[in-house]
Amino acid sequence: MSQGRNGFLLEGVRRFGAVVLFLMSLLVQCVPALGRPRLIVHQIYNTGARSLIIIMLSGLSVGMVLALQGVNLLQRFGSEEVLGTAAALGLLRELGPVVTALLFAGRAGTALTSEIGLMRATDQLTAMEVMAVNPLRYVAAPRFLGGVIAMPLLAGIFSLIGLFGAQLVGVGMRGVDKGSFWSQMQDSVDLHDVSEGFTKSIVFGVLCSLIAVHEGYNSEPTAEGVSLATTRTVVASSVLTLLVDYILTAAFLN
Amino acid sequence: MDVHDVHYNVNSRSIFAGVNVKVRRGRITAIMGPSGTGKTTLLRLITAQAAPSQGRITVFGQDIDHVKGPAVYALRKRMGMLFQNGALLTDMTVFENVAFPVREHTDLPEPLIRRLVLTKLQSVGLRGATDLMPAELSGGMARRVALARAIVLDPEILLYDEPFVGLDPISMGMIVRLIKQMNDALGITSIVVSHDVKELATIAHDSYLISGGKVVASGSPQELDRSQDATVRQFMTGSAEGPVPFHYPAPDYHTQLMEEEP
Repeated sequence: MSQGRNGFLLEGVRRFGAVVLFLMSLLVQCVPALGRPRLIVHQIYNTGARSLIIIMLSGLSVGMVLALQGVNLLQRFGSEEVLGTAAALGLLRELGPVVTALLFAGRAGTALTSEIGLMRATDQLTAMEVMAVNPLRYVAAPRFLGGVIAMPLLAGIFSLIGLFGAQLVGVGMRGVDKGSFWSQMQDSVDLHDVSEGFTKSIVFGVLCSLIAVHEGYNSEPTAEGVSLATTRTVVASSVLTLLVDYILTAAFLN
Repeated sequence: MDVHDVHYNVNSRSIFAGVNVKVRRGRITAIMGPSGTGKTTLLRLITAQAAPSQGRITVFGQDIDHVKGPAVYALRKRMGMLFQNGALLTDMTVFENVAFPVREHTDLPEPLIRRLVLTKLQSVGLRGATDLMPAELSGGMARRVALARAIVLDPEILLYDEPFVGLDPISMGMIVRLIKQMNDALGITSIVVSHDVKELATIAHDSYLISGGKVVASGSPQELDRSQDATVRQFMTGSAEGPVPFHYPAPDYHTQLMEEEP
């Protein structure tokens, strides 16, 4: 039993070490990759622009639900005019970065892992190696950077659309005063709240992109290997996003 | 290029146990052997994608075991490799695939890159396919594009990994002629890994037959054809009976059939 637990722990440490080493080699290759902005822009389009619809739809629906629940709760205390503040703080500091990261892992993360995994399975990465082109620099680094840049942009769009959804339901359907909704928000939300959300989305961007690229790059070159790597990307990204969110929230509140 | 007494193990399983191969400049050398004898692994060792457990591989006069970091890439720039499945980059057109190594390793102006790529595509008969994506190509066409890409930087050594597998007779004939042409016209040293004896016999100057982790015979294809060695005879005639067993090691057939389900 204890041997099994030790083995599990050892495997965990080994995996963590492998990811850290991969991150270090990736960061080294990010420097020359920055000299190829065309590749990075292409990846921002792939991971960011192609996730826009799902992010906007989810943002709208989360904002609308937030308003429904918010009005219901705040009415009990006769303070529904603070709905704008509640929605803005909830979206900017928490829901925007976290839900965007979860959606990113499911939409863009899986696409990154399976794409790189299939490149591995069809010898494309080996062909690059033999052509004296480092696949970490050409394939992994632009995808990683693209994800890191796209995540805060997507989280920002998610929060903005969410606010629109909250106003649509809160003001348009539940009769919250429009002036109070926006003025309360303006008074209470400051740069600190925005920077908390921004920092979280950058950290989640690094986390989700790193996991997606690492899993794809190191997947077994078989159909089963790529499918397992894709599953691991979603599971690891989602769980770590939620765990790291707790740590970051605690750090910001202190 | 010289492969000297190379041993290679994977997970304590021996793939090579003292392989010796000498490749002479400007000649076509065939590496033959039954499936699973590690022919592709030998190419991985030559291109420094893996290191031998023991022995020495010398390419361009350099012991590749001592070549590290950027020097490995410098060495690979002087080689080209044709993969079994072509290994074309699937998100690029045929033109971009062939232009890829040029863009990565040179600062040539765009008009020159265009001319260079068109010249190489012309030599493999696919100048008209520049705008096609790899998914739109047949197996033979993909391999010809991959060949154009492998020769675009005029390598000194060209490695072919199973270039004839899965091709129809016309495509196979084209690839055979192209390998010969590359060697005759450009003087490229070629190493062809394959088990297609008939095709290799028409183009190879030297050939090596690998079986059981060792070179069991070497010489010209004609010499191999005349050999009386049992392994060589079995391979050249494609017989199921001989030193290379058809059956994977298993318990007695009848005993196993009569056994109760475990």
